[in-house]
Amino acid sequence: MNLTLKIWRQKDSKSKGQMVDYKVTDISEHMSFLEMMDVLNEQLVNTGEEPVAFDHDCREGICGMCSMYINGEAHGPDRGVTTCQLHMRMFKDGDTITIEPFRATAFPVIKDLVVDRSSFERIQQAGGYISVNTSGNTQDANSIPISKHAADEAMDAATCIGCGACVATCKNSSAMLFVGAKVSQYALLPQGQVEAADRVRNMVAQMDLEGFGNCTNTGACEIECPKGISLDNIARMNRELMKASLS
Amino acid sequence: MSGFFKSSIGRKVAMALSAFFLMFFLLQHFAINLLSVFSGDLFNEVSHFMGTNWLIQFVMQPILIFGVVFHFVMGFILEIRNKQARTISYVKNNGSANSTWMSRNMIYSGIAILAFIILHFIDFWFPEINAKYIKGDWTGGHELVDGYRYFHELQVKFENPIRVAAYVLAFVFLALHLLHGFTSAFQSMGASTIRKKRLQTIGRIYSIAIPLGFIFIALFHHLNHH
Ligand code: SF4
Ligand code: FES
Repeated sequence: MNLTLKIWRQKDSKSKGQMVDYKVTDISEHMSFLEMMDVLNEQLVNTGEEPVAFDHDCREGICGMCSMYINGEAHGPDRGVTTCQLHMRMFKDGDTITIEPFRATAFPVIKDLVVDRSSFERIQQAGGYISVNTSGNTQDANSIPISKHAADEAMDAATCIGCGACVATCKNSSAMLFVGAKVSQYALLPQGQVEAADRVRNMVAQMDLEGFGNCTNTGACEIECPKGISLDNIARMNRELMKASLS
Repeated sequence: MSGFFKSSIGRKVAMALSAFFLMFFLLQHFAINLLSVFSGDLFNEVSHFMGTNWLIQFVMQPILIFGVVFHFVMGFILEIRNKQARTISYVKNNGSANSTWMSRNMIYSGIAILAFIILHFIDFWFPEINAKYIKGDWTGGHELVDGYRYFHELQVKFENPIRVAAYVLAFVFLALHLLHGFTSAFQSMGASTIRKKRLQTIGRIYSIAIPLGFIFIALFHHLNHH
């Protein structure tokens, strides 16, 4: 298929960017979206132009690096997928596709479609871990019984890959789905409960410091999240913070 | 605890708590207004009680005003903050792909409701305050009517079709605001999905029935008074 691409081009973090139109031809519907971008970049390199910078790594929906806002949606129009898992069969011959970087004050653009998501790292560092010394005296994993329900919910929360689509999608650029997932994955398990109060307080404080907006429960994040992280995690984070503030 | 209300989540909780209070108030306001459809006398009696009872006047009324002002001011503060969280907007954004119109436009339905409240205060609340606190008349009477004035004033106000139309429009915005706000408030308080499903049904009924009821009352008086 032949496509028109409208892509955000920005030289570096300081320059003003703009949308630029490109044409790509003979795109197979079996290609992934990133493969289509590779075709475009090859074309640009061959004509001596600067290729479009975009983030990617695993290209199988695991690392969370790929981060495009495609036709007005984070990771494009498909559900439960990252941009690298999005296939060109979601588009039609002759389509015009708008491609923008994830937009949020806390995710500044570095170049073209690449944004700096280290604000997520700093939130993680503020409390997204457990302080257990496991070296040399690792306990048997089954020595602490955990209910199936808690294990399942913790596992679901832990599938968050930190891609930032929730922030990009949210009209308020809120990071609450991400932080809710990280808080939940520990709060649901006995090993995480020891530091639960400090964790939620510190992670929420860091989230606020980074300049993310405030959740208004539109639910857009849950729909666009490639891992289907549920809004329940935000509700749990709210409960955890209320509990931590009362104690 | 004060730190809690400074955090983003604390503010969300504060928004939800003031919303609960306002939704309860709305229910009570509706119940009293509904009386006016059945009996002018009963409406007069209850209105006079509400307007002269010291507990309602000096305790409940200030709390209500605080609740209204707080919900609006906090709503605006959060909206401004949220706008700052994304200063460059998308060239193309497909909001309807993942969220309802109501949820994305709470600020606009809220502003419409604020405009209505101002009109409503000019219509009913300021004249009451004027009569009671400026003129010092606590009898609830009126030179043109025997007995209490409340029902009479209600009928007079709803003669003007433009005012009735403005009220109807405002209640449509109220319904839109509530359709998201009701469940949103519970979500902010930490309600889980399973509970929210049931809440969603109750929320829909509340969000449609109450504004529709208010519209009915406004139209009823408009059509029945000549
Ligand atoms: S919650 Fe979902 S959308 Fe947000 S960072 Fe995690 S995986 Fe990505
Ligand atoms: S490149 Fe790793 S998730 Fe897309």
